[in-house]
Amino acid sequence: MTKKYILGLFRDEEPLLHAVHELRKEGNTIHEVYTPFPVHGLDDALGYKRSRLPRAAFLFGCLGGTLGLSMQAWMLGVDWPMNIGGKPALAWVDFVPVTFELTVLITALGMVATYLVVSEFIPGNEPKMPDPRITSDVFCIAIPADGASASVSARMRQLGAEVQEKEVEL
Amino acid sequence: MFESPTRRPLITGKTSYSQITEDIIKPIEAKPTKWWYLGFTVSLAALGLWLLSVTYLLFTGVGVWGLNKTVDWGWDITNFVWWVGIGHAGTLISAVLLLFRQKWRTAVNRSAEAMTIFAVICAGSYPLLHAGRPWLIYWVFPLPNTYGSLWSNFNSPLLWDVFAISTYLTVSLVFWYVGLIPDLATIRDRAVGLRKKIYGLMSFGWNGSAKGWQRFESVSLILAGLSTPLVLSVHTIVSFDFATSVIPGWHTTIFPPYFVAGAVFSGFAMVQTLLIIMRKSMRLEQYITLNHIDVMNKIILVTGSIVGSAYITEFFIAWYSAVPYEQYAFVNRAFGPYWWAYWTMMTCNVITPQLFWSRKLRRSLTASFIISIFVNIGMWFERFVIIVTSLHRDYLPSSWLMYSPTWVEIGMYIGSLGLFFTLFFLFAKFLPVIAVAEVKSIYKTSSEEEIAKTASKEGINLQEAHAHTNGAH
Repeated sequence: MTKKYILGLFRDEEPLLHAVHELRKEGNTIHEVYTPFPVHGLDDALGYKRSRLPRAAFLFGCLGGTLGLSMQAWMLGVDWPMNIGGKPALAWVDFVPVTFELTVLITALGMVATYLVVSEFIPGNEPKMPDPRITSDVFCIAIPADGASASVSARMRQLGAEVQEKEVEL
Repeated sequence: MFESPTRRPLITGKTSYSQITEDIIKPIEAKPTKWWYLGFTVSLAALGLWLLSVTYLLFTGVGVWGLNKTVDWGWDITNFVWWVGIGHAGTLISAVLLLFRQKWRTAVNRSAEAMTIFAVICAGSYPLLHAGRPWLIYWVFPLPNTYGSLWSNFNSPLLWDVFAISTYLTVSLVFWYVGLIPDLATIRDRAVGLRKKIYGLMSFGWNGSAKGWQRFESVSLILAGLSTPLVLSVHTIVSFDFATSVIPGWHTTIFPPYFVAGAVFSGFAMVQTLLIIMRKSMRLEQYITLNHIDVMNKIILVTGSIVGSAYITEFFIAWYSAVPYEQYAFVNRAFGPYWWAYWTMMTCNVITPQLFWSRKLRRSLTASFIISIFVNIGMWFERFVIIVTSLHRDYLPSSWLMYSPTWVEIGMYIGSLGLFFTLFFLFAKFLPVIAVAEVKSIYKTSSEEEIAKTASKEGINLQEAHAHTNGAH
């Protein structure tokens, strides 16, 4: 579904970051900011909460570790214990490497799967971006046109942006 | 952020964000150069040799190798350990240097990670084929079966290796691809027609939003945090294949750290070999600078010295242990029938990297290239020496045998280089060899132009500042 946005296009990160600070201070609602590379401090300037992906990773890690260790203990200790020179079947120390590897594997796969799902990253998805130059050298602030104050275009120009109004799906 | 102007620039010459995109994406859009075709053809020919050797092996059996009852690991496991080791540099650059916030990694991490993946693929092929019936390889995994279920033996380091290598390949691949998504989107947004469709499919709808970058950085950081202990565990577990046995020369506690250092050493040498060729043939001298070559040579020097110290420590401990078998194994390495392999290893791994104490040699492309090849040869011989010299003298002298490879083993080794380089050439043609977005993110603080601008604002004379640090080196 497309909507009308006021787009402020910048050529560098410092004026962009400055503009985000100013526009937010003046009470404008910023829909989203688009940049060619991660701009340090931008998520704080936009007031974004920290990503919860690390927490997802931690939970997947717990799952992987538990599964890995209990799988080995059940297989060699319970389901088919073997007498190897009279040594205990539940040889915990021997289970450490595989437990570690499975913890890493399930953490990585689980976290990346979560990342793809929450970001709606599906192969072949159409990118919802206001300008194709964003992946090269354009930095863009998108403000929804309805509800924006009349002076916002002028203000963005003053802050060094090239301003466009566009019907886009973001 | 102001960076000290005394720090050497990581991007030289005049450039800009759009110019960085242009420089790195252009080779993907343009027709490949003559050199690319030449290299690709040679690699394909070697890959053909690999296919021939492997096909012959599969139809005939592992008896076509030169292995015997006494020396039951030869070139196959040598190549396996060599390739896994080479892979380690990629993870070290992308993960460990990310955690340490080393900015120079941005120019080299993408190709080093690709190298990791291709090297691990080559490595994996050897135990797979050594298993004799690779179509039954799923037997190594703990799957329910009609024999009980009889499960895999989790007490065996060989099984740990299965888990370590497969986890390593999977996590490296995922890490690499997550990092590629924004750059694939850059190609998508410049392209038209079929190329736009293909890269659009591969870039998952990336849009460069602030939220997207926040998640991207979070995921990258955790993957780096996971890969760091992973890479250490992989070569540790590979060394367990040897260290947990009771073969003289293998049964030592020094193996895990010594193998990891050796892996990083050989891996960086391979990265160096490839980068020197790549920066020249793809005209990336502005991004992969002499400073990059210099720091990597320093890592080669450090890890090479660790490896050298490990060789000497092993010898000392063999003597100090007063175990005759251990002592014999080491004296036999140096002066037995395989003395030539041992001294090749010592020359290439202990002496050549020490040349990098000289700043001039560290910053010379020719010297770096030649020494990197020497290190690769030396590290191959290290594994050969460890495996073959320890095995060929059994406890009973009646079992003493010599080992030499057959054409199939030689074909599979040269062929695996073909497999590796074929994959690498395809990567260099179709994917961005430098992480475009990451290089842009260091542009402000690390490009020659921007540093000069900041310096002139601060009233610092750059020439003087540089001359000063050069003198201090």
